[in-house]
Order: sequence, then C-alpha cells, then structure tokens
Amino acid sequence: MATQHSRSAARTMMAPAVFLLLVWMLVPLILTLWFSVMDYRPLRGTFECCEGLGNYIRFASSSSFQDAIVTTLIMVGGILLITVTGGILLALLLDQPIWGQGIVRILVIAPFFVMPTVAALVWKNMFMNPVNGLLAHLWEFFGAEPISWLTQVPLFSIIIIVSWIWLPFATLILLTAIQSLDSEQMEAAEMDGASPIARFFYIVLPHLSRAITVVILIQTIFLLSIFAEIFVTTGGGFGTRTLTYLVYQRVIESQNVGLGSAGGIFAVILANIVAIFLMRMVGKNLDK
Amino acid sequence: MGRITLDKVQKSFGEVEVIPPLDLTIEDGEFVVFVGPSGCGKSTLLRLIAGLEDVSGGHIRIDGKDATLVPPAKRGLAMVFQSYALYPHMSVRKNIAFPLRMAKMDKAERDRRVQEAADILNLTDYIDRRPGQLSGGQRQRVAIGRAIVREPAAFLFDEPLSNLDAALRVGMRLEISELHKRLETTMVYVTHDQVEAMTMADKIVVLRAGIIEQVGSPLDLYHTPKNLFVAGFIGSPKMNLLDGDLAKPHDATTIGVRPEHITPSPTEGTWTGKIGVSEHLGSDTFFHVHMEGRRDPVTIRAAGEVDMHRGDTIYLTPNAERIHRFGADGLRMP
Ligand SMILES: Nc1ncnc2c1ncn2[C@@H]1O[C@H](COP(=O)(O)OP(=O)(O)OP(=O)(O)O)[C@@H](O)[C@H]1O
Ligand SMILES: [Mg+2]
Repeated sequence: MATQHSRSAARTMMAPAVFLLLVWMLVPLILTLWFSVMDYRPLRGTFECCEGLGNYIRFASSSSFQDAIVTTLIMVGGILLITVTGGILLALLLDQPIWGQGIVRILVIAPFFVMPTVAALVWKNMFMNPVNGLLAHLWEFFGAEPISWLTQVPLFSIIIIVSWIWLPFATLILLTAIQSLDSEQMEAAEMDGASPIARFFYIVLPHLSRAITVVILIQTIFLLSIFAEIFVTTGGGFGTRTLTYLVYQRVIESQNVGLGSAGGIFAVILANIVAIFLMRMVGKNLDK
Repeated sequence: MGRITLDKVQKSFGEVEVIPPLDLTIEDGEFVVFVGPSGCGKSTLLRLIAGLEDVSGGHIRIDGKDATLVPPAKRGLAMVFQSYALYPHMSVRKNIAFPLRMAKMDKAERDRRVQEAADILNLTDYIDRRPGQLSGGQRQRVAIGRAIVREPAAFLFDEPLSNLDAALRVGMRLEISELHKRLETTMVYVTHDQVEAMTMADKIVVLRAGIIEQVGSPLDLYHTPKNLFVAGFIGSPKMNLLDGDLAKPHDATTIGVRPEHITPSPTEGTWTGKIGVSEHLGSDTFFHVHMEGRRDPVTIRAAGEVDMHRGDTIYLTPNAERIHRFGADGLRMP
C-alpha cells in the first residue's frame, strides 16, 4: 500500500539516484550544447564565442550529413530486418524438441558475448578476407569468383556482422515469447483446419507482435550508436559512414569539437524522432 | 452423421500405458459423458478421438470410415477446450469465422453462419469485442460458437464449465443441453462433475485408470452399478459401502446403500449410531452417523427438516429393496 508516509520515504530514498542520473545525463548534454555554439578547435588553440547556429548549418549542409543519415537508416533497418526474421525462424526451430536442446541454446546465445571489436575483426579476417577467408574458399569451391566483401559490398558486410552479434538477443526474446504461447490455442487452430503456415501467420505471429516491438525498440537504441564494427572494418569508408561515425570524424580527425558537437545534437534529435515513433508503435501494441 | 467407434484403442506415453486397449461405440446424435477420477485418461481419450494425440494401437472409425491416421482438421469434429483457447488478438466475430476462413468459404456465407451462431448463443451484443474484454461465460459461448459454425459431425468438450462459478455453470449446462436437443449432433463431454454427468448425458462412460468400468444411462448407473468403484463414484453424496457383520446377513462381502435409501428414526431401526455432523438445508437434512466399531461415518439423507441433532442416538433402517450387494471380487451380485 502506498500511504502518504511510504511515498515520501520512497521519494527521499530515490533522490540520490535520480540526482546522480540527472547529473550524469545533463552535464554531457549541456557541455555538448555549449561546445556546439563555440568555435572550438583544440589543435589550433581556438576556443571562441560565439558561432551561434554556424556549426549546425555547416554540419547539416555538408553532403556527407545527408549520406550519413541515409546510411544510418539503411544500416539500422537492414540489421533489424535480418535479426527479427532470423530471430523468429531460429526461435521456431529451437522451440522444437531436439536432441541436445540445452547446449544448442547456449551456443546460440554465444555471439552476444563476443565483444563487437573482436567479432568484427574475426569476420573481417576469417570470413570476409577475399584471399584467405572462409567465404572466399566457399565461393571458390563452387567455382565462383570470391567477393571482396568489405570493398565491394561494405554496407551489407557490416550489416551482416552486426546482425550476427544481435541475432542471439532477438532469438532469445522471441523464443521465450513463443514458449509462452498457449498450446491449446495451437491445437484449436489445428482443429479449425489451419495449415502450419496459416497457424504461423494467424496465431504465432500476432502472439509475437509484442515481443517483436520490444526487440525492435531495444535494438534500435543500441544500433544507432554502432561504432566499433565500422571502425575496425571499413573505417567509415565506402559509404559506411553513419551519423555516429561522422561525428567521430569531425571531432577526432578534423579536430573540430564545435562542429562535432553540433552533429552530436543532430544525432540526439534523430534518436528521439526514432524513439517517439517506436514508442507509439509499442504503446499501441502493449495496449492490447 | 457422427457415429464414432473405438476399436481396441490403446495409448502409451513412453513406457506408461495410460489407456489399455479399449472398445467403445458412440451412436449418432448421442450425448456421451466421460467421468472418472483425475488422471484416469478422460482428456487423453478425447484427444485421441480429436486426433490431437496419435493412438499407439487400435482403430478409430468415424461414420464407418477409418479415421485413425486422418489429421484432426479432416475428421470433421469440433472441440471446445477447458481454457476456451480463443484467439486473443481477434474479435469475437473473427474468432467464430476462423474455421470457415480456413475452409476458404466465401464471405457472404461466412457472415451468415457467424450471425446465426451469434444469435443462437446470444453473442450479438459483443460480437466486435476481443476475448480479453469478455467474462468467462461469454468466452465459453464464443468457443462453442466457433465449434458450431463448422457444422461438425460431433462436438468434443473437455471440462468446458470447470472455470466458471457455480451459478453460471448451471446456466451453461442448460444451454449446452438445449443446444444438443436443437442440433441433434453427437456430443462427447468430459467432466468430473456428478451433476453435469447425470443431468446432461444420454450415456455415461465411467473410466478408471484408462479402463471402462461401466457404460450406461445415468439411471442405469445409479440403480445398478456394476462394481464397487462405480457404486462409490456415481451419486452425491456417495453411496455408503459397509462390510463385515453388516454385510453378512445379506450374503455379501460388501453392501452399498445410498444415503437417500436409509430411513432415520429416533426410536427404532435395524442399525444404531450417534449423529456426528448434521447439515440442515431446509429441503434436505444430512446426517453423518458414527456406528460402533466403524471408522467411516454412514451418511444419510432425509427429505425436509428432521429434528435430530449432533450427539443424539439415531436408528437407521435401510430400504431392503435398495441394498446393493457386492462379492469379494468387488463385482455386483445379482
Ligand atoms: N503428454 C503426456 N505425457 C506423458 N503422460 C501424460 C501426458 N498427458 C497425460 N499424461 C498422463 O496420462 C494420464 C491421463 O491424463 P489425462 O489428462 O487424460 O487425465 P484426465 O482424466 O483428463 O484428468 P483430469 O480430470 O485431471 O483432467 C495421467 O496420468 C497423465 O499423467
Ligand atoms: Mg483432463
């Protein structure tokens, strides 16, 4: 029971945590905002007031900004598509009674524990290397010309690598959702004459809709800030420069903190637009 | 048509034989009730008929055709589940229409049948709601609606009323009985509720550990139980089963007398004992009588109000014509 007393006690107890969180979030945000209106280039020793919206205009009007946004959306969208469809298929598979179920399930989750940098390097050198990679050998085995993955299809390659990392997450959440499906419902559908495919589309998929939105929401938040995978594979080249990566380049490579900060604020705005859009979707789905 | 024949049907889960080979015929249009204690295989038997479980041996025939290997949807049977098993993301209308949609029926015919089912079951007012917004009784009606639109050869019910409260149960019981009269379709109904079994059934099948103990009309089972198990199982309150010196005068190992066939008296009778718990319901009075040298009390039921209370000495006279005699093997003696 939330009495007046317990409520005010709770407020007092929570205050330090809330305060810490606020400082944690607000200080970087305010610093970024402040830098974004300054001409701040540490190597040249400039730290001057006040650019106003100059940095924003310069950042937004460069052609790389639009490219970066498009790249970001394609990358996030592609990864979501692969992980969600792949996750559903894997979850359906793992839900079947198979021999060694426990071990298979642990193996499936394994990629999630591999650090992004390591995962990307492994893929880059072991699989996608055009001379020695496993995929190159596979292509040669079938008599095809090996693909130079990271130069010919760089965006797609990164999408594959990141999807590999996130697939276990999607699979696991969707698997628990599938397992919570009432078996009598499936049996009722079977008696009603629904084929396995109809059962999937009419019963399983609607049942999963909530879990799918949760997967999409959580993944999007993390995927908008992909960095390591790009850094160690293409270094932002060949049209794989996302917004996050562009901000990094402006700050570190061009040593223009002001411009980078303005880009950071754009990234925050983009993330918020996506978040609001997703929250609407989730909200609608969770209401049911 | 819906004549279902089970021919030596047997079911094992791994090593465990849940249903030993069993024969049973369910006639077209009959209302058959499976009763038995929990875990005796009622649901399993129903699911075998439905095709949701594969038989381990024997044959199931529906209208003379071997249906043993026919998939559930093709058997022409409809099932109503204990948990209702409605599709939560579909409206009532869509739920009821689902089997028709799966059968690729055209929309006009589909709508007509859904409307008809909704009218029969009083579902019209909430036809566009989702199952989550309905009460238990309404959900059960939707589940029945989904079963009747298919016009199946037979309905299978697995304890459809056990999630409802007592008052609603009485109402739904009547509705299902009425539906049976109206549709004249075969119905197979699983329950462990005495009253449901006695009031609804044309034929009761009493099961114990997968074995059929007796098949017969409700009154058949009431008047002539074949063995001690059926005698103790059918009837509420339970039949008094007495052995030893009370059974000897009747040349039996055990005798059974129903509570309603014993006349109590404060002054004279065949047996005597002391009243333990007494329940005065107005319409009936129940006494639990403790007799000398017997662990279990004898239950008796007297019509109307009887002015005897806890601790009083009571005399009991069993109706001689209503005494059931059982031999040492537990079977009924003629
Ligand atoms: N899938 C299964 N695997 C193994 N054993 C099972 C399975 N399903 C049922 N059983 C066993 O079969 C027996 C009969 O079960 P069933 O569900 O038919 O009982 P029931 O008569 O319907 O009981 P209740 O009145 O409690 O519903 C039980 O002993 C149960 O443990
Ligand atoms: Mg059962």
